This record gives sequence, structure tokens and C-alpha cells, in this order.
Amino acid sequence: MSFLEFTTSHWIEIRTLTLEHLRLVSWAMGLSLLVGIPVGVLLIRRPKLRAVVLGMNNVIQTIPSLALFGLLLPVAWLGARADRLAITALALYALLPIVRNTYLGLSEVDPTVLEVAQGMGLTRGQVLWHVELPLAAPVILGGVRLAAVITIGIATIAAAIGAGGLGEFIFRGLAMVDNNVILAGAVPAAVMALVADGLIGLLQQFLKRPRV
Amino acid sequence: MTDQSDNAIEFVHVDYAVKGNRALISDLNLAVRPHEVFMLLGRSGAGKTTILKLINRLLSPTTGEVQVEGRSTLQWDPIQLRRRIGYAVQEIGLFPHYTVEQNVALIPKAEHWEKKRIADRVEEILLLVGLPREQFASRYPHQLSGGQRQRVGLARALAAKPPILLMDEPFGALDPLTRVNLQQEFTLLQKRLGTTVVFVTHDVSEALQLGDRIAILEGGDTMGVFTPAEFLASSDPYIRAYRETYRPGSPNH
Repeated sequence: MSFLEFTTSHWIEIRTLTLEHLRLVSWAMGLSLLVGIPVGVLLIRRPKLRAVVLGMNNVIQTIPSLALFGLLLPVAWLGARADRLAITALALYALLPIVRNTYLGLSEVDPTVLEVAQGMGLTRGQVLWHVELPLAAPVILGGVRLAAVITIGIATIAAAIGAGGLGEFIFRGLAMVDNNVILAGAVPAAVMALVADGLIGLLQQFLKRPRV
Repeated sequence: MTDQSDNAIEFVHVDYAVKGNRALISDLNLAVRPHEVFMLLGRSGAGKTTILKLINRLLSPTTGEVQVEGRSTLQWDPIQLRRRIGYAVQEIGLFPHYTVEQNVALIPKAEHWEKKRIADRVEEILLLVGLPREQFASRYPHQLSGGQRQRVGLARALAAKPPILLMDEPFGALDPLTRVNLQQEFTLLQKRLGTTVVFVTHDVSEALQLGDRIAILEGGDTMGVFTPAEFLASSDPYIRAYRETYRPGSPNH
């Protein structure tokens, strides 16, 4: 059976697992953005925390993904459901590029612009919202882009703990020694990563447009 | 310390030092009267910019008191204080991701003005600085020349009708011709609006041309405050040394 025949006969399952994959990745990215951007802002305001937080983040990145899934398994609320666990682990991996780039982008904002913004009577929140975040946005998005690609890849491993997603095909194919089954998981995951990369890249270009 | 002073801005025995370093400002006493253009003239490092930042409380005095409209800057809510004080600097600091209109409208918006009033004000103030709205409102800062950007910076500083305006070498980076143009227009504009202006410069001819009074600064203290006529007539050797650098009729260096 060719790969094409395999995909036509299994397209419903492929679609289901692709959507499942997308769901895991979306939740993980959402969580990571919700935590990562505020943490990046905090690092700009509290330089003393920088080494600790970025260091901790780096350590998380060095834990092999399969091990991280395993390590989180005994945690009470998380271990109860495989997808909960997978989303948490994926969010942890996505955190580093988002935190680091948020910090980096904010630290590159022209200090004169910030001083004038403050001097003309904007509150801290207004300076952040009107000046710092928009100017840092392209760099922050660079981190989001990287995080999205990483997360889509690592999410295939979530199938090992029964969280579903395109990894189901990959693990099944490995067990069956059937390349068609492996490809049915790997190809959609790769396409998803490319599409995410391209779309976020476009948004980045759009935001970079009016600059000195 | 006079609470009931009629001065727009007053420095009373002000010291300012960054922890562990020598004082940038030492025992400074100054009084800026309402509606005047008060020049701070001095070389780099004389403390001119520090003085401006003490007025809008980007910095707070180490000892002594800076009073704005009779009240210590420490008693003001810093946001309220700064919204009564326009701020224009040499590097301009326009927000590159905002259009001319968005830059100028930012403080009126932050002050919750009505839409109509903001639009009218933007039109009025852009016209005052010589940038017709139809032509410039939707441009981004990078689409403007240096002189136009400086005009936008001035418009933004004046947008919310502040009674006080701080200017930190605003024309320093411009070519001589544009600079002279802007200086002349600035004088007309200031006379018309009656804004109290504290203006930092290291350029003697600019100080003489624009200022009602000129404070000479050296090492964080003032060597005296003069009207342009007094400055030109003074026999003080220090002032004379300053005057030497200035040739009437010569273009700004």
C-alpha cells in the first residue's frame, strides 16, 4: 500500500488526531503566553530575578521531554488526565523562548523614547501598553514563533503518555515497523509547524513595518 | 521656603547627587517667572538636563526643594505634575510605531478628552507648528525630515496645553537654516501661548535670541541670571569668556 492510499483510507483518523494535536499545542501556547509575557515584563522591572528565572528556564529545557512527562505524572491534579499533563509539560518547554524574547525585546526599546514617555506623564501601565510592548512585539513574536515550532514537534511525544495527537501514528508505526503509519503522523506535524512558522513570520513582518 | 510664591518654578537650596558620586547639582537657587523663557546655558555636564528632570520629577532632589506652581514636586502626584509640563528633547523620542496624529493625541487621550476636542486640538496644534493636518497627520516619524520631527515633538509637548514647557536642546541636531526657522517660529508661538518655558542650550546665540533671562550654569550651580542686555554688558570675566564664543550676526556654529 502506498502512502497516498494509506492517507485516503485513514483520513478521518488523520483529521481527528491532527485536531487533537492542534488542541494540545494551542492550550500549551496559550498558557505559555499568559505566563511568559508577564514574566518577561517582570524581568525588565526586577533585574535581580533575571539570572534565577532564565536559569530555571534553561534547566527545564535540558530535561528530555519523555522524562518531563514521566516526572509530572505523580503530581496530583496533573497526573489525573493525560492531556492536562501533556499541555503543562509542553507549556513549560514553550516558556523559555517566550520569556527570553519578551525580556530581550523590551530591553532593546530606545531609552530616550521611554524617558520621554515617562516625562510627558504616561503611567507605567500606559508606557508598557503604548510604547514598550508594541516596540518589542516583533522580537516577542520571534520567541512565540520558535516556541510554536518546538511545541508542535514535542507534542508528538505526548502520545507516549496517552494524551493523543499525531504521535499516536508515529508510535504505532514504530511498533508495526510501517513507514506509512509513521509518515501519517510525521507529515501533518511537519506541515503544521511550517504553517505556524509562516503565519507568525508574516505577522512579524507586518508589525515591523513602520520603523525608523 | 515660601509657599505663596508667584514663581512658576523655584529651586530652593537644591542638591542632587547620585549615590556615592559627587553632586551633579549643589545648592542651586533659581526662580522661573510665569510666561517667561528661561534659558539654562552651560557646557556639557553643567547639570542642565538634570535641572529639567528635577522639575518634572524624573529625578528628586537629594536635599532642598523644587517647587512647581508653589508646591514641592514631592507633594505633586508625579503623573499630574508631568501632564502640566510639556517635555521636548533633542532626540525627540517620537513613538516610531505611531503616526504624527497618534503621537500628538496621546496625552489628551490619556487625559480622557472627548474625541471631537482631541481632533480639533490636533489640527490646531499641528497648524501652529507649521504641519498642515491633511498632509502630515497620518505619516510615521520615519517619513519626516529632522526639522518636521522636531516640530511634531513640540506639538506633542504642547498638545494638552501645559502651562510649563521644558525643552532640552530641541534644535541642537538641526541644520543651521532649519534651526533659525524653528527658533523664530518658537518665539512667536511662545509669545502667543504665554507658556512658561525652561530651555536648555549650550549655544550662546540661541540663549540670547530666545531667552527673556539666561542662567549661566557651571558645575551644578548658577554663576548668575541675566537678561540678554545684562549678559552682553557684563564685565564679569567669566561672562566675558562666554561672550567671546559668540559673534553677533554669525550663524549658529
